[in-house]
This record gives sequence, C-alpha cells and structure tokens, in this order.
Amino acid sequence: MIQPVLLWSDALLFVLIAAIVALALWARRQEPLRAAWGRVLKDGVAMAAATVLAAFIVVGLLDSLHYRARLDAKPGEPVRYAVEVNSALDALLSDLRQRSEKTYSAPLATHLYAKEALGDSAQRDFPRLRHGGTHLGADLSGHEFDVAMRVSRGCAGGVALWLVLAALWCRHKRISLVATLKVGAGGTATGAVFITLLAIFLLLGIAISLGGGYHVFGTDKVGQDVLYLSLKSIRTGLLIGTLTTLVMLPLAVLLGILAGYVGGWVDDVIQYLYTTLSSIPGVLLIAAAVLMMQVIIDTHPDWFATSAERADARLLALCLILGMTSWTGVARLLRAETLKLRELEFVQAAQAFGVGRFAIMRRHILPNLMHIVLIALVMDFSGLVLAEAVLSYVGVGVDPSTISFGTMINTARMELAREPMVWWSLAAAFGFMFALVLAANLFADAVRDAFDPRSSA
Amino acid sequence: MSILSVRDLSIHIRDARPVDGISFDIAAGECYALLGESGCGKSMTALGLMRLLPAAAEVASGNIDFEGRELLALPESGMRDIRGGGIGMIFQEPATSLNPVLTVGRQIVEALELHSDLRGAAARARAEQLLDQVGIPDPKRRLDEFPFQLSGGLRQRVMIAIALAGSPRLLIADEPTTALDVTIQAQVLDLLDELRRTQGMALLLITHDLGVVARMADRIGVMYAGQLVEEAPREAFFARPAHPYSVRLFAALPDAENRGGRLTTIPGSVPAADVRHAGCRFVERCGEALPACAATLPPWRAIESGQRVRCHLPGAAPAVAIKVGAGDTAASGESTPLLDVSDLQVHFPIRRGILQRAVGAVRAVDGLSLRLMPGRTLALVGESGCGKTTAGKAMLQLIRPTAGSVRLDGNELTALSTQELRPLRAKMQMVFQDPFASLNPRLRIGDIIAEGMQALGVAGSPAARIGGLLEQVGLRADMAARYPHEFSGGQRQRIAIARALAVNPQLLICDEPTSALDVSVQAQILNLLSDLQRDLKLAYLFITHNIAVVDYLAHDVAVMYLGRVVESGSAAEVLRSPRHPYTQALLAAVPRVDGVRGDAPKLAGDMPSPANPPAGCHFHPRCPLADEACRREYPAQRSFGATQLVRCIKAD
Repeated sequence: MIQPVLLWSDALLFVLIAAIVALALWARRQEPLRAAWGRVLKDGVAMAAATVLAAFIVVGLLDSLHYRARLDAKPGEPVRYAVEVNSALDALLSDLRQRSEKTYSAPLATHLYAKEALGDSAQRDFPRLRHGGTHLGADLSGHEFDVAMRVSRGCAGGVALWLVLAALWCRHKRISLVATLKVGAGGTATGAVFITLLAIFLLLGIAISLGGGYHVFGTDKVGQDVLYLSLKSIRTGLLIGTLTTLVMLPLAVLLGILAGYVGGWVDDVIQYLYTTLSSIPGVLLIAAAVLMMQVIIDTHPDWFATSAERADARLLALCLILGMTSWTGVARLLRAETLKLRELEFVQAAQAFGVGRFAIMRRHILPNLMHIVLIALVMDFSGLVLAEAVLSYVGVGVDPSTISFGTMINTARMELAREPMVWWSLAAAFGFMFALVLAANLFADAVRDAFDPRSSA
Repeated sequence: MSILSVRDLSIHIRDARPVDGISFDIAAGECYALLGESGCGKSMTALGLMRLLPAAAEVASGNIDFEGRELLALPESGMRDIRGGGIGMIFQEPATSLNPVLTVGRQIVEALELHSDLRGAAARARAEQLLDQVGIPDPKRRLDEFPFQLSGGLRQRVMIAIALAGSPRLLIADEPTTALDVTIQAQVLDLLDELRRTQGMALLLITHDLGVVARMADRIGVMYAGQLVEEAPREAFFARPAHPYSVRLFAALPDAENRGGRLTTIPGSVPAADVRHAGCRFVERCGEALPACAATLPPWRAIESGQRVRCHLPGAAPAVAIKVGAGDTAASGESTPLLDVSDLQVHFPIRRGILQRAVGAVRAVDGLSLRLMPGRTLALVGESGCGKTTAGKAMLQLIRPTAGSVRLDGNELTALSTQELRPLRAKMQMVFQDPFASLNPRLRIGDIIAEGMQALGVAGSPAARIGGLLEQVGLRADMAARYPHEFSGGQRQRIAIARALAVNPQLLICDEPTSALDVSVQAQILNLLSDLQRDLKLAYLFITHNIAVVDYLAHDVAVMYLGRVVESGSAAEVLRSPRHPYTQALLAAVPRVDGVRGDAPKLAGDMPSPANPPAGCHFHPRCPLADEACRREYPAQRSFGATQLVRCIKAD
C-alpha cells in the first residue's frame, strides 16, 4: 500500500529518542539521579511545561514517519509510488493540506482577503473561498452562530476526551478525580499534568471542530492553511534543537574536559580553537557553510531520490554547522568546572592510586559535570530553535521547501508591509514558537534547580 | 546588670529547630562563651540576635532584650541602629568578610559614617586611629590598601576595627580565630581581650575550642542540639564540668597525658535539628542515662557558685575513666628508614608577560629533609603556608619535586616515570583534610574503596575485602552500597582511611585528617589511627598544625617554617624542651585548657612570602633573639640531646 521512507533526520531522531529512553531507564537505577528527577516530577510548573513539550514532541514524531503513497495503476503494470514524500501527520491533516485556497484569507473567513474580478463583470469584489465556510451556503447570516457552535462542540469534545482519560487514570490508581488534581500519586505533580492536558485537549477540540469548516489561522499567499504550516514547523524546530545539541555536546564535553584536566599545550590548543571560532561572526560562518552545502547538493542531483531528501540533507547540514559553531560556550563552562574539580581531593586520591588520566576523567570528572551538561543541553535547545528562525529569516537556514518557523516569519516580513496587513502567519508562528520555547525554558529551569547540589541537601 | 538578656529564643527552619528555647544573660564588659560542636545552633543564635537569619529561618518565640529594648519588636530601621552601633559582629572567615574591591579605609569609613557624625578627613583620621588600636602597623599606609594585600591575621584585625567603628557595647565574635594559625590566633585573642578591658565592651564568643574558652571567657554556656545544657563561670566549669556532655568533651581532648592510651569518644553524633525530643537531647550518647532521661526534659538545676546544669543525674556527672591502652605502639629498633627525604625542593615558577617567562619562583618547599622509620609516626608541624601539604604531595609524587630525593623503602621515587611508579604507589597512600571533598559524590562507597585495588591490581575478592575494610575502620560491611552524602564527616574520614588501606600501604601520609572534625569525632579518628598502627604496623607522616594531636600521637616531630625544617627530634624532646625560638613561640601560642599561659614571647607579624624569603635565617624578622649574624646566612644544623636537630645559631 505504501512505501516507508526513512530520511536521515528521521533515523537520527529515533536513535535519539531510543537513547533518551535508555538513559531514563539507567537513571532510574542511579540513586542521586533518581532523587533529582523526583524533584522535577514534584514541580508543578515543570510538569506542566513537560506536558506541553510532550505534545510538541508527539506532533514532531508523527511528522517523522515518512512514506510514499502508492499510485493507482492498472493491474499488470509495475508498482509505482508517488514522488511526494508525506508523513503520518500529513495523512492525519490531509484535509488541511489539500484544501488550499487561491491566496490570503483571514482566520475563520468565508471570503478571500483580496478583491478579484468576479466572473466576466468589471466589478471587483472579495470572492468566496473554495473550502472555508462552504457548508454555510449562500446565506452567511449564520456565520457567527456556526463558529460559536463549533467552538462549544469542540470544547465539549475536548472535555469529554479529558474526562475519559482522567477516569481511566483514577481507576488505575484507585483515587478520586479531586485527589488526582490536588496532590497526585506519590507526590508527583499529576494535577498540573492533567490541568495542562485539559487546556491542550480544549484547544485540540476547538481546532478540530473549527478546522472541519474553516481555516482556523487563515491561509498564506499561495492559499496554504497556516495551521497546517505551523504544525509542520514543529518538527523542523525540534530537529534543529535536538540534532544540533547532539553534534555540539560530544565536542563540548570532550574538548572542555581535556582542556581543563590535561592542561598545558592541550589546553592552549583547545582554547585557541574556541577563541578563534567564537570571534568569527556566527552568521557569516554559517552562511558560508550553508551556501557551500547548497552547491554540493545542486551539483549532485543523483544523490537524492526525492526533493524531501534534498531538503533533509540541507537541514542536517545546518544542524552540523550550528553544532560546530555553538560548542564553544559549553566547552568553556566545562573547562572552568574541570579546573575546579581537578584540584579536589578525590581526584588527587585517585592520582595517588596511579589511576590513569582517562579513567579519572571518565569516573571522577564527567559524572560531576553531568548537571552542567544537562542544563546546557536544555537551555541550548530553546536558543537553537530561535537561531533557526533567525537564520531562515536571513535566508541561510533550511531549504525553502522545508516548512519552518523561520521560513514562515521570512514570508510574513513582506505581508506585514502589505496594506491591509496580513498578520496571521506571523501571529501563528509566534504563538507556536513562544509556547515551545517557553515550555523548554521553564522545564530547563526546573531541571537546573533540581540538580543544583545546594538545593538537594 | 545585664546588657543582653535572651529568654526562650527559638528559631525554626520549616520543621527543623536549630535553636530551641535558649536563655542567657550577658553583663556589660563580660565575655560569655557559647561552646558547642558544629550543628548545635551557636551561629544561628548569633544571627538571630542580630536579626540576620537566612530567609528560610524565623524566630518562632522568645525575647531578646538589649539595653532595655526588645529587639524582636523593633522595626527594621530601628534594628539598623542596633547592628554595628549597639551590637558589632565579626565572622569566622576573614578572607570573605571584607569586600575585595574597596580599600580598607573606605570600608571602615563606611561604618563610621553610618554610626557617627564623622565625615571626610575626620572620619579618615578616626579610621587610622582604629587601625592603630587593633594593632596594625603603619595604619596610614594600610588605609589605602585593598584586602588582598593583607594577610589573614591583618584582615581579621580590620574586621575588628570595622566592628569597633560603631562603638558597640556588645561584640559577637563567631569563631573569630578558627581560620587563623595559632600564633595569629594568640595575637587576635589578646587584642579582643584588651579591647574588652579598655572599652568595657561585652563579648559573646562563639567557639568550639575549649582552649580559646579557657583563655577568654568569664562565663560559659554549653550548647547541645539547640539547647543550653550547662552554664557556669570559667573556674567552676574547668574544675568540675557538670553535664555528661561537657565531661566527655574534656575527655576527648588529646594531649600528652593520655598518650598511648585511648581517647574517650562520644558515640554517635549530634541529633538532626528536625528530630523531636521528649527528654534529654544527649540521652542516646550518654553512658549514665537513667530511664527518666529519655522521658522528660531535665530542668535547670543550680549546683553552686553560679553553675547550673540541665541533667537528671544527681550530683555532678562521674568523671570518665581514661582507659590506658597497650602503651607506646612504636616498633622501634629498626634502623633502615621507610621514608628518607633529603633536600626536597618544590618551586612553582612565577610567570609574567606575554612570553610567560619565569621571573621568579615560589619556594613552597625549599630543602626539606626528614626520615621516617617503619611503624612510627612523624608529625610535620607548621603554620599554614609553610609548605607542609606541598611537601606531603611531593613525597607521594602527586606534585613532581623540583629537586632533591625521596626514597621509599630504598627506591628513589623522583627518578621514576608514572608507569614505573605505579607498583610503588601501593606502599604509600594519603588521607586528606576535607572528608567532604575527598570522596567522589557520584560513586558508591564500595566503588570508592575498590578504585585503588583495581588500579593497582590487589589480589583477592574485592567484595569481601571491601566489607572487611569497612569493618576494620568501624563501619558496617553493608554500607558499601551507599553514597557519600549519607555519611557524617567522621564516617567519611573513616571511608577515606579504608580507601587508603585497601592497597595495603606501609606509609600513610595524613594531611590534617582531623582539622575539619569536631573534638568528639576527632577522638574517634585518632583512636582508629592508633589501632591501625598497632595492628598493621603502619608508619604515619602526620601533617598538622594541631599541637595537642601531635603531643598525643607522634613519636617524632619536625617543625617546618617557610619550606624548611627548623627543628626535629623525638616528640618528648621537641615538645618538652623546644630550642628553636619559632618552636617555642608556636607551643606558647596554643591556648591551653587549664588556662595557663606560656611565658615564651608572643610572635609578632606574619610569615613572609615564600616567593621572597628573607635573607639569612628565614625566621629572623619575627625572632626576638635575632641579631646581625642571623641576617647573614641560613644557620647550619646543630644537634642537641639524643635526637634533636635545630637550625638556629642562638639555640642552647
């Protein structure tokens, strides 16, 4: 029926998820780590942020299950697949994806945002949309009522879904709903999770209910649904945030610890390297590298079967380059901390036993740096999501065919100058990005507090 | 007439009660000492008096009456007049209690402007006067210096000068000399005593050191787990301590009299502040506990002449018998030294400029020679900065020496490479000063102990050996699965000793192993070390500044000054008849529990910088006997008695 497609970025994302699950299982057995994460679990704000993050991750994962649909063919002919690579999210949102209009339309509108010559008459007016509000027919007096009805139906659906979930949870834990919302089981802030879930389900219900008949966030210049674009941008943002960290972290950890522990000429070389790197303007370096990558992609069209793979290659290249330029800050931090740890007596005790350098770095230095690594990791994530937006805005970010917050904002730049102004693409991108980055930052704050040795006494 | 009167003061931090209903009075001009081990609520009491408690802590109940004013009822603005103006405070760590970016003069003038009408030149003149009053030489120049240009002792004097700027009627001194060396401590204590007498200022002295209490206090309050358990005038307290806890504190002090014997220890540790007590707080650690002790809180009972005690026991607590051990543990008679260090030098280059050229060197260790026989204890004594820790690390080759020779069991260590050194590392191990920094918080106890065994390939089943080691140092074998943060300071130090013992060393270099511990815990560790020496025939190189511990433990003593040994010999000879003027001054500066003052001259000034040692005898700028000959050349070694070697031309 379909042919699954595994893009490089998908593979890396799944490996990353597997690694995180494995790490979580390992951390469960480590007493201090479990205690620290236990403090995160008890923190209401952190758990609410984690719930929002989880919702984003679910969308991103759905968008990473790629496939090529099978084309209808006469019996006997060889099986052929579509050129277009779609994801599970595309399949779920096929309505949104396919119901495109001619050009701009405002959120929940029934008419286009630009006047056109109607039929053969010379009069210009706003034409009706092809999909938005068609169920209303010619009589538009029921528009507001219909929207209100759909919103209330969506709310009801969201609440119903939430109640079912909450009831299942309460049955499983054998406690009342009120108890769940108050304290939660074992001090875990389940109350915060459920309240956040309620908010998410309400928004989801409203979006589904309204999305059936209207463009919730309007349409863009070529008539694509902005809600669909926003949802598709999530994967790009998440990928840039996580894969870049994956590139950056080993470099930062290895070089930071080496510089701090070994010292001498090794320290000099590494310091020279990162001082040089961080004194070159980042955007300049990234622009040069991305353009080089683009040339390589363009001169080797045979490497890529589909345009999706080509866009994917550019995305990965961007992650790599961002990673190469952003390890310096963390490395500097780790070097300073290692310099401090190196003088501690337990390291000297190990030296007195003749334990080798690398064993000391692995057993004594690295575990005591993990809290910094973790904090840097989560903190950098939000910075990188924003960096992608900035780079794509400048034009050296992702492939123009890749949907991302950056490309959305880049196009919105022109729309804001238009009269009358088109504000909804920017607002939608801003809203989604704001929620993602805020959730990541709040979560990172809670993680940092939980791993702060001073607060764990 | 009491200047400060505290009634039923309780301080709560959430569920914990670090201070739980304490009452005391301080008369004008009196020195009242709050004595207790760490964690018993002394500092929290002091902060409570100043209303400077950390955010989580609050005064739950009680009254603080200062000169007829109720401090707890004052508004914050009224409290600011009291702080500095009525009650001054000096802290433990002179290195961090001064602002590093302001000059000394600016910081004193700031206090003067707050509490007096002095401004400008007048304030500056008064600041100079204050510096002069606290005994800082050349005060005019010092006014414009920054804290980093001053030594620890001078900084503490500046702190005292700032506290005096508001002419307080009460000075709270929170462990004022704990971070200082004994010779500097003696100077600062003398200063505080003199100020108290000349200014009629009352002093609330917070300390854990019985010697300091004996030297300074008029009356003493013993604190235990947030409560006062005994209150007495000094003479009565030191003659007949009444509470079982006080009695044990005295018995746990190491000195020459119980040499070779075992010190009395207090089992267990101070209960956590969030534990609720129905009865006496000391009941779990008390040997004489009655059934009533656990059930009801003992009331205050007056004994005589102002002494009162909170204890159910009728009469004074019985004196704790000191069990005399097997006698001197020294395995003497052998003639080949286990460790033979000669002319050891460790220089750290001072690099300047773009090309990082060495323009000089800090001579941390500058020609140190000593010999340690198997099974004996050699104490390396000296003030901080004299290079004793660097010397210990250089002997272990943790720092490679610049020159000289270190022979362990006949093997020259300085010539060996890291690889060749590895098998020899099993013979010598180190126990570090800070038990909180010497264990990796991320490793289990078992892994910490196994580390050396794995690195050096010690034969045998690790699990059984780890269990055996833990029991040998007085812990339980099943503790191997725990993490360091679950243990107290004393237990951590036991773990550190077990880690060193795991590779069967013959030599243990102990770098101030008890200086971070309370007296009662120190006694446990010293007992353990002497047991291990008896059972395993270990040799100890004991690096310390604590003369009492040396007197109790060491067979031989080497006194270090500015990177060199100035006097060495058997403990009896060096400590009973010191011949070098530095040794004499060092011994005289130690505050004694019996309150007797040494008659040797007090040392003035500080140790010079090892980057730029004085010409001739290093000690001559501080030496009362020095003359022209001392400034010319470093004195040769002279021999006295059976073992005593002294580097001084004036010694006789």
